Amino acid sequence: MPVDVGYAGRQYPPTAAYEVGRQKLQEFADAVGASHQAHTEPSVARTLGYPDVIAPPTFAVVVAQRAEAQLFEDPAAGIDFSRVVHADERFTHHRPIHAGDRLVTVLHVDSITVRAGLAMITTRAEISAEDGEPVCTVVSTLAVRPEES
Amino acid sequence: MTDALTVGDEVARREITVDRARLVRYAGASGDFNPIHWNDRVATSVGLPGVIAHGMWTMGAASSVVADWIGDPGAVLDYQVRFTRPVPVPDPGAATIEVTAVVGALDPDAGTARIDLTVAVDGVRVLGKAQALVRLS
Repeated sequence: MPVDVGYAGRQYPPTAAYEVGRQKLQEFADAVGASHQAHTEPSVARTLGYPDVIAPPTFAVVVAQRAEAQLFEDPAAGIDFSRVVHADERFTHHRPIHAGDRLVTVLHVDSITVRAGLAMITTRAEISAEDGEPVCTVVSTLAVRPEES
Repeated sequence: MTDALTVGDEVARREITVDRARLVRYAGASGDFNPIHWNDRVATSVGLPGVIAHGMWTMGAASSVVADWIGDPGAVLDYQVRFTRPVPVPDPGAATIEVTAVVGALDPDAGTARIDLTVAVDGVRVLGKAQALVRLS
């Protein structure tokens, strides 16, 4: 089934809050080799002016992809994940994510284009604190290769 | 700090190795369990040479080079990459990504610098348009 271009422009309701924990940030920082102590030592993070340990620059993908699942796991959207390749990714931080944050995400499907069978899907995850304060904008483009003929 | 920098300056350089155990760790930490990042059979069935690194692992590993140079991971205001080539991760063994960070642009009024990253494996670039906007203290 081809990708349904009719999903372009869609906006999803806000997700349930994602609670950011110190241990999760440490686990993610370890995995990408982010060894700065602002990720693991609250005292170091406070010295830099943050209320608690902060996330590495790409941690927001963990939050964003939970929102993106609303699109990719929707059978009617026609996205076969075995044929998906990640094309690009961008994080615009309005402020660093820190432990203790409760983050709510609104997913937007900014565009879907199909050319010679190759579908390009650009999503935008607007991540904010529960009080509405903008935290991070995550823009991601996936390419879905055509089925083998 | 903008005074001390010139466009074209190389500010950081690092080699980072990645093996299969690292990919499993990243899968767990990130929640990205796509089997092309841990299962050769699945990876080759979709036309890949074998298991490849998560693009987001490569992006994340490269960002730490910038964060360590600037001394504050929270000073990375904006960070974007294009994924242009996969990074095959052999077993046994490991792949090595070479990260070089160069000042691409300076904005003294905003107090920011654009850091352009070159991320390569065996001299071949795996990321395109890899740019981090950082706040200078």
